[in-house]
Amino acid sequence: MEWLYILMPISGVTIFWPGLIVLGIGVGIIGGFFGMGGAWMVTPGLNILGFPMAFAIGTDIAHMAGKSLISTMRHGRFGNVDYKLGFIMLVGTIVGFEAGAQMIMWFERLGRVEIIVRYLYLVLLAFIAWMVFSDVYIKRKKEKEAKAAGREIDKLATGIEWHKTFQKIKIPPMIHLKTAGIYCSAWLPIMVSFLTGWLAGILGIGGGLIRMPALIYIIGCPTYIAVGTDLFEVMISGLYGAATYTFKGRTELLAALVMLVGAAIGAQIGTVATKYIKGYGIRVAFGCAVIGCAVSIVLKLLPTYFPTIKGLCDATATVTVLGVVSVLSLYIFLKMLAGARKEIAAKKAAAL
Amino acid sequence: MKKLLGKMINLVILAFFLAPHIASAAGGGKEAPIVIVADTRHITGLMAWWANLYNESHLYFALLTILIIPIIGVIFGLIADVVMKKIGIDLSSRELAEH
Repeated sequence: MEWLYILMPISGVTIFWPGLIVLGIGVGIIGGFFGMGGAWMVTPGLNILGFPMAFAIGTDIAHMAGKSLISTMRHGRFGNVDYKLGFIMLVGTIVGFEAGAQMIMWFERLGRVEIIVRYLYLVLLAFIAWMVFSDVYIKRKKEKEAKAAGREIDKLATGIEWHKTFQKIKIPPMIHLKTAGIYCSAWLPIMVSFLTGWLAGILGIGGGLIRMPALIYIIGCPTYIAVGTDLFEVMISGLYGAATYTFKGRTELLAALVMLVGAAIGAQIGTVATKYIKGYGIRVAFGCAVIGCAVSIVLKLLPTYFPTIKGLCDATATVTVLGVVSVLSLYIFLKMLAGARKEIAAKKAAAL
Repeated sequence: MKKLLGKMINLVILAFFLAPHIASAAGGGKEAPIVIVADTRHITGLMAWWANLYNESHLYFALLTILIIPIIGVIFGLIADVVMKKIGIDLSSRELAEH
C-alpha cells in the first residue's frame, strides 16, 4: 500500500494522499456553500494526516486561495458576486486587518494574548450563532402569523432587519450596489469591512466566518450574494496570505495541489448546492458550523483550567471539527444531488 | 521576616522555571530565527528541482507558488464546469429563491 503515501519534498514527511483529497472535498463543499476559507477546519485535519504545524497553516492558506478562486468563478457565473461591493470592502478589510494585527502585537507585550483572543473569538461566535438562530426564529414566527391571518409572507422578508436601519444612514457618497440590490452610504460597507477586518486581524483568522453574517445582517445582502462576495474577498486575501507564508518557507505546494483536486470537486458541489437550498437553509447550516467551531474552541480553552485532560480535550476538539465537516458536507452533497436530479428530470420532461 | 524572605526566594526560583527565557543561562534574549531546509537526498526529478528551488530562493519559490495556484485553480474549475454541464446541471443561472 506504499502507493497511497507521498513524500512531501519540502517538509520531508510522508502523507496519506487520499486523506488530503477527502479533506479537500469536505472543506471545498463547506467553503463554496458558506463563502468562507475554513482554516479552522483544515488545520486540525492536516495535523491528523501528519503535517508539522509550521506547514499546516501555510499549506491551508495556499489551497484556500485556489479553492476560493474556483468557487468565485462559479458564483460569479450565477451572478452571486457583487464585485463593486467586493472591491469597496477590500480596502476596509486590508486597513482593518492591519490595525487588528498591530493591536495584537500590543496585546502580546501585555502577555496572555492567546487566552484573550480565544475568549474574544468565543464571544463573537456565540453572538453570531445567537443572531443566526434568532433571525430564523423571528422569520418562522412571521410566517406563522401571516399564515394565521390568511396571507403569504413576502419571499424577500427576513427575520432580523437591522440592515434596514443601517441603510437609512445617508452620509454621502451614496452608492447603488446593483447585484446585491442595495442603495446605501459608501461608508456602510467601508466601516463594516474595516470592523470585520480588524476583528479578523485580532483573531488571526481569514474573516469569512465574521464577514458573511455581517454582509447579511448589517449591509443587507441576500444570503447567496453574501456567500459569493465573501468568497471573492477570501480569494484575494488567500492569495496574499499564500504569498507571505510561502515567502517565509511555510507552504507545501504539493499538498496544496493534491487538496485542490478534492477542493475543485467540493467547491463545485457546495456552490451548485446554493442553487437548490434556500437562503434560510444556508443560514441554519451556517449557524451549525459556527456552533461546531465554538465547541472546538471551548475544548481548547478547558486545559487552561484542567491541564490533566489536555490530551482528551485536543482529541475531542479534532473529532468535533472533523465530525462537523463530515456531517455538513454530507448534508450539502445530498441536497445538491436531490436538487440536480429534480432539475434534470424537469428538463427531460420538458423536452418530451 | 525570615518566612517572607523564604517565600520570595521560592517565588524567584519558580519564575525561572515558569519563564526560562528570562534566565541568561538558558539562552535568554532574542531567539534565533528557525531556518527550514528541504532534504533533497531521497528525491529526484521535478520534486528535487522544486526542493532545491526552496533551498536556494524563497522569493522565486513564493512567486512560482503564487502563479501556479491560480492557474491550477482555473484549470480545475474549468474541468469541473465541463463535467457539471455533461451531467446536465444549468450553471448559467440561479433562481432568486429568497433573501
